[in-house]
Amino acid sequence: MARVILQNVWKRFGDAEIVKDFSLEVPDKEFCVLVGPSGCGKSTTLRMVAGLEEVTAGDIIIGDRRVNDLPPKDRDIAMVFQNYALYPHMTVYENMAFGLKLKKFSDPEISMRVKEAAEILGIAHLLDRKPKQLSGGQRQRVAVGRAIVRKPKVFLFDEPLSNLDAKLRVQMRAELKKMHERLQSTIIYVTHDQTEAMTMGDRICIMKDGSIQQVDNPLSVYEKPDNRFVGGFIGSPPMNFMEAEVIVRGEECFLNEGMFEIAVRRRYKDNVMPYVNKKLILGIRPEDIHDKLSFTLNLKEGNVMSGMVDVVEPLGSEIFLHVNTGKNEIICRVDAHSKVQPNNIIELVVDTRKIHLFEAETGCSILQ
Amino acid sequence: MSWVHNEAFVGYCFIMPNLVGFLAFTLLPVLASLIVSFTSWDLLSPPRFVGFKNFIDIFGFSLIPEAALASWTDYLFVWQYLTPKDPGFWQYLYNTAFLMLGIPFGMICSLFIAIVMNRKLRGIMFFRTIYFLPSISSLVAVALLWRWIYNPDYGLLNALLGFIGIQGPSWLTHPLWAKISLILMGLWSGVGGTNMLLYLAALQGIPQHLYEAADIDGANALHKFMHITIPMLSPTSFFIFIMSVIGGFQGGFQSAYLMTRGGPGGATTTLEYYIYNNAFKWFSMGKASALAWFLFLVILLVTMVNWKYGGKKVHYQYI
Repeated sequence: MARVILQNVWKRFGDAEIVKDFSLEVPDKEFCVLVGPSGCGKSTTLRMVAGLEEVTAGDIIIGDRRVNDLPPKDRDIAMVFQNYALYPHMTVYENMAFGLKLKKFSDPEISMRVKEAAEILGIAHLLDRKPKQLSGGQRQRVAVGRAIVRKPKVFLFDEPLSNLDAKLRVQMRAELKKMHERLQSTIIYVTHDQTEAMTMGDRICIMKDGSIQQVDNPLSVYEKPDNRFVGGFIGSPPMNFMEAEVIVRGEECFLNEGMFEIAVRRRYKDNVMPYVNKKLILGIRPEDIHDKLSFTLNLKEGNVMSGMVDVVEPLGSEIFLHVNTGKNEIICRVDAHSKVQPNNIIELVVDTRKIHLFEAETGCSILQ
Repeated sequence: MSWVHNEAFVGYCFIMPNLVGFLAFTLLPVLASLIVSFTSWDLLSPPRFVGFKNFIDIFGFSLIPEAALASWTDYLFVWQYLTPKDPGFWQYLYNTAFLMLGIPFGMICSLFIAIVMNRKLRGIMFFRTIYFLPSISSLVAVALLWRWIYNPDYGLLNALLGFIGIQGPSWLTHPLWAKISLILMGLWSGVGGTNMLLYLAALQGIPQHLYEAADIDGANALHKFMHITIPMLSPTSFFIFIMSVIGGFQGGFQSAYLMTRGGPGGATTTLEYYIYNNAFKWFSMGKASALAWFLFLVILLVTMVNWKYGGKKVHYQYI
């Protein structure tokens, strides 16, 4: 097992800068998730760690060795690909044994390792099958098995669950997590799915346009996004954003959206004061906007907004409402048994403890 | 007017032009040739039914007249006293098989060129065109060129061999070298053609991630070629092999006719050439038809064997 360090790593294809000044340290045994929208450079970053792409500038260190110039096979890593990349002409056993054979392991050793991995993954009965005789989930397990038998220092996963159906994805998510507990290995895991990132990662590294936006544990990323992009990317449905002007009335400070006002809590006042009479981006998560009828806490006259309900999305456990405030379309979460209908006028209360504020130009959070 | 709306009728109308041509000019002559193979027919006088005589004349053996089958041991070794009724046929069958030795070389060369052509080099389209040209050139022109190359006294090949101190053979007039000459010419005009294109397409169809997975598994270039490229190309190789074997049995007439007239001493006459000779030189349509049907059965059998045993070694993609 080993840590992985990326120091000021750049990747350029001609003029296009795919990864920009990427620095990240993944400690030993950590499950680190790189997440971001497609084209953000997360897969390229992973492929540079694997040695499948050359590094334009910067250093990649695995364990204590700088591996920039080492071929993939000498980096002591294993990789699981999005489309599994199983060798179609080999059986499951041969697929898992191939890397060991090339490394000149003895046959009994190979057999032992393959069987052990097959037991862990529950594919021991499939060893004689060809990949085409397997279901998507089984192929996924074989691909993971092929990585496990090598007992590498670092596991690299490149969107491994994207080709599975939703139910299987949830199941495999838990299994991969369990596998990580069991193997105590360092894992770098790439995904575009923020749910996967939140549920699996010890730490999440959010990327956009080749740059790191924020690196932290899932809860911190969710509760304290460094910028507007992270706030909008993590969480589903996404955070509501609206422009609001900072105004001061007496001792109190307010955020004016145009149709409603929110009182700024005293502890945020210092952060907000430099922006008086200027615009800020107000971010509120759907679960922090409540139906006034069922929310009694912290009820101040100023924190109520009213709007017209456009869409009602019942999920069973909760209902998401798309509400038009007159200026902005926002999403909020209400009780599963709410009787709200489309075109109703609804009064909503904002939980002012949980608001996020970002600079209008830079998108940086001003509350951190 | 309900028939206008009958989809089946309209469908038949669409395939009618082709169907009529196929029936009149392919299926009917094929069936007719089966009947002709049991007759003696010189195209001028009416055909005469002769039973299996044509087949016996081709495949039959006769006892050497002076052979004395005295004791039972003579019967045990009776094949020593048999002589084929048509020695030419067996020679031409051998020639046909010999010329098919070019198939594996052709496949290897086509694959090699395809791998080179698959490189992402500047001007690769130009080289692809250059390599493809021989296969679409007129065979008459190609033959003229190669007759000059093979000329024993002032040909290019022997001149080159002379530089390294080798006295080249008289290529087209030596029974063995004549066959090899035709194989070489076939390789030159064939390797960059359709087979190369099929391999090129197949190479480009091999998913890149398999090579990447192999990289991580620790494979070197040779491993990747042996364990990924070759198996992943197996459907293409199998197809090319089957088609080449079929073509090999049916082929050899054009190049032999243009280069050697089937000589020397029938050394480059193939079964196809022999059928041509029987039909249009000696006007034995019956024997020519019998040979053609024999050839058909051989091809059918060989192809079936290929499918039965070769098909197992073929790996098809799973995605």
